[in-house]
Amino acid sequence: MFTLLETATHSALTPVWFVLVAVLWVGFFFLEGFDFGVAMLLPILGRTDKRKRVMVNTIGPTWDGNEVWLLTAGGATFAAFPGWYATLFSGIYLPLLLVLVGLILRGVAFEYRSKRPEMSHRNLMDWMATIGSFLPSLVLGVGFANFVKGLEVGGNPPLVTTGFWQLFTPFSLLGGVLFVVLFCAHGAVFVALKTKGEVHDDARKLAIGLAFAAAGLSMVWAVWMNVVHAPTHPAAHAITWVLGLVAALAVAGAALLTARGRDGSAFIATSIGVVGLIAPMFLKMYGNLGFISSGDPGLDMWSASSSPYTLKIMTIAAAIFVPIVLAYQAWSYWVFRKRISVQNLPVEAAEPVPAATGA
Amino acid sequence: MDAQVLARWQFGITTVYHFLFVPITIALSMLVAVLQTIWYRTGNERYLRLTKFYGKLFLINFAIGVVTGIVQEFQFGMNWSEYSRFVGDVFGAPLALEALLAFFLESTFLGLWIFGWDRLPKKLHLMSIYAAAFGTMLSAVFILAANSWMQNPVGATFRNGRAELTDFGAVLTNPVFLATFPHQIAASYMVAGALVAGIAGWHLARLHGAADDQTSAHGDAATWRWAARFGAVVLLAASIAVMASGDFQGKVMTRVQPMKMAAAEAHYNTADGSNFSILSIGNLEGTEARHLIQVPGLLGYLANGTWASQVRGINDINAEFAQSGYLQDDGTQTALQKAYSAELAKQAITDIGPNVPVAYWTFRIMMGLGFAGIALGLWILWATRRGRTPRPSKPWMLAMAVLPFLPLFANSFGWIFTEMGRQPWLVAGVMPTVTGVSPGVSAGEVLFSMITYTVVYGALAVLEVGLFMKYLKLGLPDVAPVEVIEDEDAPLSFAY
Ligand code: HDD
Ligand code: HEM
Ligand code: HEM
Repeated sequence: MFTLLETATHSALTPVWFVLVAVLWVGFFFLEGFDFGVAMLLPILGRTDKRKRVMVNTIGPTWDGNEVWLLTAGGATFAAFPGWYATLFSGIYLPLLLVLVGLILRGVAFEYRSKRPEMSHRNLMDWMATIGSFLPSLVLGVGFANFVKGLEVGGNPPLVTTGFWQLFTPFSLLGGVLFVVLFCAHGAVFVALKTKGEVHDDARKLAIGLAFAAAGLSMVWAVWMNVVHAPTHPAAHAITWVLGLVAALAVAGAALLTARGRDGSAFIATSIGVVGLIAPMFLKMYGNLGFISSGDPGLDMWSASSSPYTLKIMTIAAAIFVPIVLAYQAWSYWVFRKRISVQNLPVEAAEPVPAATGA
Repeated sequence: MDAQVLARWQFGITTVYHFLFVPITIALSMLVAVLQTIWYRTGNERYLRLTKFYGKLFLINFAIGVVTGIVQEFQFGMNWSEYSRFVGDVFGAPLALEALLAFFLESTFLGLWIFGWDRLPKKLHLMSIYAAAFGTMLSAVFILAANSWMQNPVGATFRNGRAELTDFGAVLTNPVFLATFPHQIAASYMVAGALVAGIAGWHLARLHGAADDQTSAHGDAATWRWAARFGAVVLLAASIAVMASGDFQGKVMTRVQPMKMAAAEAHYNTADGSNFSILSIGNLEGTEARHLIQVPGLLGYLANGTWASQVRGINDINAEFAQSGYLQDDGTQTALQKAYSAELAKQAITDIGPNVPVAYWTFRIMMGLGFAGIALGLWILWATRRGRTPRPSKPWMLAMAVLPFLPLFANSFGWIFTEMGRQPWLVAGVMPTVTGVSPGVSAGEVLFSMITYTVVYGALAVLEVGLFMKYLKLGLPDVAPVEVIEDEDAPLSFAY
């Protein structure tokens, strides 16, 4: 329809923005990863209503801010790489729809769970939270595995030609399962870190097994990716090897640390695991954005990029506001730093302690 | 139906739905902040109870606003990929800035406000709701700047086969944006004011008769009366701002999108004069309309600020387009419109007018609902004057129930007018809507996603209305002032 950039605009800021988009995704998975995990573990760890409430409250004040990392990643992609945004999101239409539906269900579930005392309502909300966290984890895992492999793109305008069913390969299914298990482990470690009492003890037991499983999957992933779908540049390849192995070892370390009762260090370890999983994916996608383009005009980082002027404005805005956002988001975690347990829950969910007299 | 038609329906449905929650979020967050401030200043528990009551309704609303907003963020790429590709260099920046500057602020500080009653010192806790309310305004700034650019594409040119940004300052000072922003913010305050007033007026009337004895119902009645009057005053003050800004907006619109004004008036021929039509019959669709009731000269005033000045008609604007391409009312073009005109000429477009009945009626419904809201606001002030409590008569209760929906639906119709009045353009004078749709997405896929959203959104509506009604009926909650807790084992005063 519209001819793409005939002359690629080679702005020095284009790679900067690729890195920034990568950072936003990494941040999203690091933060929302444990949110996903907490909600996926609700049926297993949250045996009673009170325990479920404790779990939901560990992420209650902060999950929405974590999700904004995804929205910002989407917005930054749109602003800095319109060609990427257009081709990718129209190309993986149905998977993205599943992600969105999942995010809708879980967001509502967290906010509405406590607003009615009936167990039927709460059970419904819990299932919405669990399924709504499972779906995006799985689909994004399958999706990112496909970006590592490369989505086929062709034509003018460049469109994804890989069909829906071709997205499901053994490698991509491994990606999906890995995301789910790793986020569960990350979430269990997070619950252990943020709670005390019975929820804490059970979360810790569960975290050990989950972290070992996630470590095994991470190892398989690292080997598979680096042998079959490695980046071409030798230095990049070396880094993806190192990061992949570090990630797998860190997650295994999280299991050991949890067993020793070192909740904080274990959380750092699973976080390294998540970062070490996602960062190499973007290293692989550097330049080609996870596309294998055929024909003219093709699609890569340069042809998908915005103009130097737009990138400059966005860079200035990011330089000012990213640190501010990081500061107040970190502060909000500090405000809610206390561990909670079933003893801390107010008598009933909805309202602060009722006063003795009416008005 | 082809993918393009379905994608348009989908965008319309999901956006109008999202926008049922947005005006409430924008203005109710601020009204709750004001209530909490009064409590903070006076220490009077009545205002804390109002803060909690309306705060809860606000949060129930906010949850749906957030999750439906997520769909919006990705929809441009999913359904409108060629639009995104063509305008992303200009249009993407405000969207990214909205997320970075506004959404983080809103979500983080609302989390702090909801859970922070016993974690933050009172003053900091109060600041957090202001920060969130400020975030919603910033949200509106960027999204409206983006939308205004589609109405009037300034600060850009045609280069490298796409629209490229040349002046971001111009995008943020787009006259359309400068008109739209105050109009939209004021319209949001009409909604929140009406919501506060309608609910309070409903509760107040139910306490009729109980108000004389010295029970707690007496205190409640006084509180509801105060809230009803507070909401009505906000509604009425905002409606003045809405009319003033709307008047200004009409003039900007006539200048940059003359076709939209002509369509809004079913004004076909310039020669027909400049009468404002209040009621038309017959086939608006054709090339002629029969206006039954008209205010002589008013249209000229609305459009140009001069009574009985000439306003151009649809047929004449189409003829002009065929002659010399897309022109604004004063014969000029934006840089992008000019740079793109040669490309546009290849596309053989003949009719640049929107669906006239839609434009005509949505414009009137917007205004009509607004005036109806004003009338009910005045009735509330009258019925509660000097400590009076209205009777729970059928008309009163019905009026209170309907009141919040009047400005809310006025917002919906205003947007349907704005967006459908822009047709057949996606970017006025540059990009026709048909060319923006994703070529790689089949009609079946769009239909499937549309059905999915409709089912999910329908279920959300049931959930949210149920909760809203529950908390609305519960009335003012009992409260005890909370202190910051230091003790590790003390129960929290608030948790999910
Ligand atoms: C409470 C809601 C409400 C009320 C009572 C009004 N409006 Fe409005 N109007 C809106 C809510 C709104 C809106 C939903 O917020 C719109 C959609 C886009 C926008 O900028 O504001 C809008 C759009 C809109 C536009 C279209 C702008 C464009 O397409 O560029 C015009 C000309 C007016 N309004 C003018 C008026 C006038 C003259 C009014 C009454 C005297 C009026 N509005 C009442
Ligand atoms: C920044 C804000 C907005 C942008 C960028 C935007 C953009 C668009 C786009 C791309 C379309 C699809 C093309 C079309 O069918 O015309 C559209 C259509 C539509 N939008 Fe908007 N829109 C915005 C805000 C809104 C809001 C707030 C509403 C209403 C509450 C709204 C209502 C509609 C409707 C009803 C349509 C369908 C028009 C039709 O089918 O002809 N839009 N808009
Ligand atoms: C069509 C374009 C639109 C897009 C892409 C969009 C995107 C979004 C997103 C992603 C959210 C969720 C934020 C969060 O998680 O905290 C959201 C919420 C919000 N949006 Fe929209 N939005 C659109 C239209 C509008 C318009 C036209 C306005 C205002 C004038 C607006 C104002 C808001 C506000 C105030 C919120 C806060 C939550 C709430 O609505 O309750 N949005 N929007």
